[in-house]
Amino acid sequence: MDKKIALNISTSNFEQCLKCTICTVYCPVSAVNPDYPGPKQAGPDNERMRLKNADFYDKSLKHCLNCKRCEVACPSNVKIGDIIQAARIKYSTDKPKLRDMILANTDIVGTMASTFAPIVNTVVGMKPVKMIMDKTLAIDHHRTFPKYSSQRFESWYKKQAADQDKFDKHISYFHGCYVNYNFPKLGKDLVKILNAIGYGVHLLEKEKCCGVALISNGLIDQAKRQALLNTESIRKSVKEQGRTVLGTSSTCIFTLRDEYHHLLDIDNEDIKDGIELATRFIFRLIDSEDVKLAFRDDYKARIAYHTPCHMEKLGWAIYSTSLMRMIPGVQLTMLDSQCCGIAGTYGFKKENYEVSQKIGETIFKQIETLQPDFVATDCETCKWQIEMSTSVEVQNPISIIADALDVEKTMKLNKVNL
Amino acid sequence: MRFDTIIIGGGLAGLVAGIKLTSEGQKCAIISSGQSALHFFSGSFDLLGYNGTNEIDNPIEAIAGLDAKHPYAKLGASTVAALANEAKDFFASMGVRLNGDASANHYRISPTGELRKTWLTLDKHFACDSLESLSLGKTLILNIDGFLDFHPHFLSDGLKRQGVDCHVASVTIDELQRLRTSPTEMRSANIAKVLHKDDAIVRLTEKIAEKSQGFDTVILPSVFGIYDSLMENYLVERLKCNVKLVSTFPPSAPGIRLQMALKQRFQNLGGVYMLGDMVTNGHFEGNRLMDIHTANHKDIPFEADNFIIATGSFFSHGLQAHLNSICEPIFNLDVTASGERQQWFDQNVFETQPYMSFGVVTDSNLHPQIEGQSVENLYAVGSLLESANCLKEASGAGVSILTALKAANNILKR
Ligand SMILES: Cc1cc2nc3c(=O)[nH]c(=O)nc-3n(C[C@H](O)[C@H](O)[C@H](O)COP(=O)(O)OP(=O)(O)OC[C@H]3O[C@@H](n4cnc5c(N)ncnc54)[C@H](O)[C@@H]3O)c2cc1C
Ligand code: SF4
Ligand code: SF4
Repeated sequence: MDKKIALNISTSNFEQCLKCTICTVYCPVSAVNPDYPGPKQAGPDNERMRLKNADFYDKSLKHCLNCKRCEVACPSNVKIGDIIQAARIKYSTDKPKLRDMILANTDIVGTMASTFAPIVNTVVGMKPVKMIMDKTLAIDHHRTFPKYSSQRFESWYKKQAADQDKFDKHISYFHGCYVNYNFPKLGKDLVKILNAIGYGVHLLEKEKCCGVALISNGLIDQAKRQALLNTESIRKSVKEQGRTVLGTSSTCIFTLRDEYHHLLDIDNEDIKDGIELATRFIFRLIDSEDVKLAFRDDYKARIAYHTPCHMEKLGWAIYSTSLMRMIPGVQLTMLDSQCCGIAGTYGFKKENYEVSQKIGETIFKQIETLQPDFVATDCETCKWQIEMSTSVEVQNPISIIADALDVEKTMKLNKVNL
Repeated sequence: MRFDTIIIGGGLAGLVAGIKLTSEGQKCAIISSGQSALHFFSGSFDLLGYNGTNEIDNPIEAIAGLDAKHPYAKLGASTVAALANEAKDFFASMGVRLNGDASANHYRISPTGELRKTWLTLDKHFACDSLESLSLGKTLILNIDGFLDFHPHFLSDGLKRQGVDCHVASVTIDELQRLRTSPTEMRSANIAKVLHKDDAIVRLTEKIAEKSQGFDTVILPSVFGIYDSLMENYLVERLKCNVKLVSTFPPSAPGIRLQMALKQRFQNLGGVYMLGDMVTNGHFEGNRLMDIHTANHKDIPFEADNFIIATGSFFSHGLQAHLNSICEPIFNLDVTASGERQQWFDQNVFETQPYMSFGVVTDSNLHPQIEGQSVENLYAVGSLLESANCLKEASGAGVSILTALKAANNILKR
């Protein structure tokens, strides 16, 4: 329990709410879905009631995207999003549907799908199949499923593992489901950059999906099991091997660092600072002049950056954007920091599709007006949403840096000889 | 991470300073732990409206009577006058239209129908030198059905007391009715967001036009736009009668719009705005602040040649009250606060509250002090300063804007 504020009984700071209503202004849901009571009501206000009597729990809390934009806006540091998610975990009696289990189990579905990647990609892309999924599973037929890759990142990595030991310095990489099953290139891009500055990249002893979708779909026991396993592997890497754990997805990193502790009650304080986004890790090395990057002269791109909600909460967008701005040929524009509406698996559900698109509307318009060469963002679900809803391709900042990097020159600058 | 100037606190004061500095070519960052007091904006910037309970007509002349510790007294009357002019140009250049003059206060109307002295009022919002001069004629106060943050009957009572022929009614359209499903979410910002979509404003305007037939003036809650003022312009163009907007209880739509516009301007000039992050401490060498640390960035420091602290008053946690002391929590800057806890406040909320004048001590150049020593590259601006009681004397925005401009000017001259 937080003892800093003597009169608080909570760790979520709900006692500090001044009822100023600021959070209600920045909730992406409350304006487009009138069934949702909004952050102030659903969070600190009703928490008082729920503490008295659990019957005050309101089912409409399921509409919360857990985007944490309310927390970022609150001048009194009330953990509004945490209060709402914790209430769902504690009080909700809704049983997850088959559809929710499928969407939430990115690990199992990913393993099956990547094994049969060409078939799965074709099948889930077909109109009749989409209609069946829509009707039987309530997965909205407008959605384009992310493509599955036939070679998993982990399989590719196995062949590189021996080379990675040759470096002097080492980190561990939490690749996440997306890199493993859908987009191994992002993982390879990270290896390319880190190797060029003299770091070997390793996988954790064991890695499970971070569980963000399990949490939001109410599969808490399973989420907790996976969280414990990941936390143990991370502890081993950070404490025993002295290897920082890096990720390329803002949501995975946010979940491992903050949500495990706040929502699943897992004590990870001792290793929290050993988990971070790859862009932050690289930025720190450059800022402290331990490392230099050299870029190709012929790389030119007009890029618009979208700040994912969990990145906004982490406050780390500046690292990704600062790195991209170091590339001489890059012209970077910041899109308005707003939720794109997908919120993980939320937007895949038929009942949420319309709200999801309404939330993202202004960003989509902004992107279409700007017509950048591509959008950059640190979250894979934002990528799906933006690619589905606009004509512009989306790339992770790490891939952009890897593409623009002059590997040979960078290795020379950092005296990396293998 | 290195900047020319780093500003702590992204409300009115922090943003005004940031815009001024970036527009002169400085590389600036603003770090703000949350949203600001602009979300309670009345639609009017105050400069100096009251001396005790007496109304002030000319704020510049009244500066001579202020306590020597008051920020205006430190700046001096002629600097205040010059900065007030600069402030007007500053907002005009951003396309924010404000009416008023620093040497002649006018009246705004409070949500409860009282006339209050103020300096600059947003275009289309209720402002007058006297009620008679407004020639309101037959007046309709029109609310939106079910909107609880606007009180037409209070307003109407206030205006009637002053002899205005005043009537009350309400209007709505389907989308706004739907917002009432969660009554707590029927707030100005959500109304503005709903009206922003499709042709909602067109249909609402038609309804307003119907209701206001036969009236000379229609008074509406200020809920028309948090992104821009296009809806306000449309309303005024379409309605045949006089239109006056009156601000609502929080959140304030025109305040949010101002906050967004200032932030956008700062970012367009190349400024870095980081919201939701708290500055926790700083590292000093001699009388200089070298760098600061934040909750999100932990071991990665933010370094700069100059720093501005604009963290606001108690509401924004720029000042914190503990059981027996009042402090500035980041650097533990010297603070004026007098007496025991019981003497900080008056039991009667309508009386002058001593704690409202507590704040950070500075020298005449706005450098705050630690144990009596000025920090030479740190400036304190805005509502965290000592001696100004923004509520009682109606000086809030004036203190924030003018001290911010002054600090920026000082930095630029060096
Ligand atoms: C309810 C209310 C209504 C008002 N209405 C009016 C009005 O209509 N007209 C008028 O002239 N004046 C009004 N005022 C006075 C108001 O204080 C000023 O007008 C002005 O908006 C204050 O601006 P500021 O930038 O000094 O402080 P604030 O707007 O309070 O901004 C301070 C910022 O600093 C941030 N911050 C605090 N601590 C930290 C930290 N450790 N690290 C990072 N960031 C931090 C806060 O989150 C906040 O965003 C009102 C004040 C209040 C409280
Ligand atoms: S913004 Fe924070 S303090 Fe204000 S109402 Fe919301 S939770 Fe309460
Ligand atoms: S977490 Fe996001 S969706 Fe949930 S209440 Fe906060 S702002 Fe709204």
